[in-house]
Amino acid sequence: MDKVKRTKKQLTDISSSEYKYGFKTNIEEERLPNGLNEDIIKSISKIKNEPKWLLDFRLKSYEKWKKMKEPNWQNLKYPKIDFNEICYYSSPKKKKLKSLDEVDPELLKTYDKLGIPLDEQKMLSNVAVDAVFDSVSIATTFKDTLKKAGVIFCSFSEAVIKYPDLIKKYLGTVIPSSDNYYAALNSAVFSDGSFVYIPKNTKCPMELSTYFRINAANTGQFERTLIIADDNSYVSYLEGCTAPMRDENQLHAAIVELITLDNAEIKYSTVQNWYPGDKNGKGGIYNFVTKRGHCKGNNSKISWTQIETGSSLTWKYPSCVLKGDNSIGEFYSVALSNNYQQADTGTKMIHLGKNTKSTIISKGISAGHGQQTYRGQVKIMKNAINSRNFSQCDSILIGSNCGAHTQPYINIKNSSSKIEHEATTSKIGEDQLFYCNQRGISTENAISLIINGFCKDVFKKLPMEFAIEAQKLMEISLEGCSVG
Amino acid sequence: MLKINKLNVGVDDKNILNNINLEINKGELHVIMGRNGTGKSTLSNIITGKDGYNIGGGEVLYKNKNLLDMSTEDRALEGIFMSFQYPVSIPGLNTMHFLRTSVNSIRKHQNKEEYSSGEFIKVFKEKLAIVGLDESFAKRSVNDGFSGGEKKRFEILQMLLIEPKLVILDETDSGLDIDALRIVANGINNFKSKNNSFLLITHYYRIIEYLNPDFVHVLLDVKIVKSGDQKLALKLEENGYGWLKK
Repeated sequence: MDKVKRTKKQLTDISSSEYKYGFKTNIEEERLPNGLNEDIIKSISKIKNEPKWLLDFRLKSYEKWKKMKEPNWQNLKYPKIDFNEICYYSSPKKKKLKSLDEVDPELLKTYDKLGIPLDEQKMLSNVAVDAVFDSVSIATTFKDTLKKAGVIFCSFSEAVIKYPDLIKKYLGTVIPSSDNYYAALNSAVFSDGSFVYIPKNTKCPMELSTYFRINAANTGQFERTLIIADDNSYVSYLEGCTAPMRDENQLHAAIVELITLDNAEIKYSTVQNWYPGDKNGKGGIYNFVTKRGHCKGNNSKISWTQIETGSSLTWKYPSCVLKGDNSIGEFYSVALSNNYQQADTGTKMIHLGKNTKSTIISKGISAGHGQQTYRGQVKIMKNAINSRNFSQCDSILIGSNCGAHTQPYINIKNSSSKIEHEATTSKIGEDQLFYCNQRGISTENAISLIINGFCKDVFKKLPMEFAIEAQKLMEISLEGCSVG
Repeated sequence: MLKINKLNVGVDDKNILNNINLEINKGELHVIMGRNGTGKSTLSNIITGKDGYNIGGGEVLYKNKNLLDMSTEDRALEGIFMSFQYPVSIPGLNTMHFLRTSVNSIRKHQNKEEYSSGEFIKVFKEKLAIVGLDESFAKRSVNDGFSGGEKKRFEILQMLLIEPKLVILDETDSGLDIDALRIVANGINNFKSKNNSFLLITHYYRIIEYLNPDFVHVLLDVKIVKSGDQKLALKLEENGYGWLKK
């Protein structure tokens, strides 16, 4: 197939993709009634043409969920969520807009500040894309390259149909549905997500990103991602996009499971910038996410890097289970809470294998009335001899109405392992800003200089363009901040 | 350059400066001496625009513009620079990055061409040598873990890079050893010209000896009680402030 034809086919695939979810003609309004019960779950499964084993998985998860209690140990304050008032499936494609004129001008302003080109702005704002749109051809060439390498990268729903054996083998093995309340909920109602499989002895030829996989851009509120790196393989995966996705959904409960076999490595980077609510704390996403990686093989490595600037509530602890001997787990995090945002985030490093190593670098930034909690657990089991952990948790406060809290839990069950923990809390002071102002640097620039300096150790772990965008994103998120 | 007329300043109900008159012309270096807590630092804070003071009356003119209406940032952009008595540390903020941002904001405002990264490194190294700091400074964070002497030299380095019109040196000589003092004084003399002005706040004669000021003023009990030339400073060094009591 020549390139033009291929692009055309790709376009047809994309433009028709919204129909494949449909069972009514009016796609834009397709949604299941609010509420959660067996019938709803059966409908979701039916819409997605799922095999019976997956429906059973969902129903079992739902049974477990019903018996579980909502966690209340986190340092987050919010009104009780009524799970029967939520719609668990609506058409994943939002209403298409005819032109950029129909897009919220505030959103466009932000895109401009982020330096996102016009065509991409159209795509991000869900304006119908036309044939000349670059990303389409990118997506096409991209798929070819991956196919040659033997890498599987597709939506979760597609994987269920095409690669049922892989899904059956690994689904829920890292995060069982009984793991926690929100994991059980996700397991019962998940709508879509990404699936990645890197075959043995393969270095994935490019960084994978949900951003380029257009048809998975709007996977809805209960995403499920599964990434498997087979022996001697490597993949770097970028989740999310730095542009603000003004999702209307209130509750997000996603699951990400990572598995590395012998000598494999997964690097997972996230920029989470969901709607944070307005200046007065009205609206915004509740983000309850369970992310965990299983370093199953010897000498394997999983590295989480996250930049969390969005959502009104963040409840998220990307973790590593270091089962293989000599395996390595890493967690690099920047979390920012401005206005009335609250974040309770951190990691768990569970050392099971010998000579396992973990590193935790967490940077929390609170401004306005924002509240930040770092919550982390380092557990070194009896057989994990000669294991190491290094943790550094720093917080910075901007203004005097915000808060920072650090809750590290440490548990070592053998005597040959070592743990180091460092923590600092500092405040951007009026003196620092006065100093910068006296040198001709505006308050806004000064805050962003100070914050970028503070986050440096984490930003440098991000892929290059991501790091630059993350910096810009911090600037935007802190706009209009005051220290008073 | 700077003209202060009948300035009164207070904090809460307390009177800190009373009826201050001071005129600094282009090319002049003025010194203010006085006991601790007599309002010397308040004066520099008022000129640079720090919050927290009540202006009870009077005016401060800079290049014939009302300085009190301008923000700290605008004053800096217009050429006012203060070498801080206690420079704050900003952990994580790289010195080079900070300096370049500062220098380029000011150059941009003054319609001078901004330094590219290569150009800036060149100028930076040149000035670094003048204040006797080594190049590893480029990798440190602003004032973070600096010794007292390093902090003061770093302030002078900034002055040399920014090339301000009016320089306030707030006890820049305090805490310096003999060698460092000479280096700092040389840095100041190097930069001093017919086109800029200096206001030095100090307790000691030694730096005055190096800088040869045009005027020396004594600030005591919220007022300027005496003005003179370098000889006045020498007299204070020898006799203290007792003889000046009203």
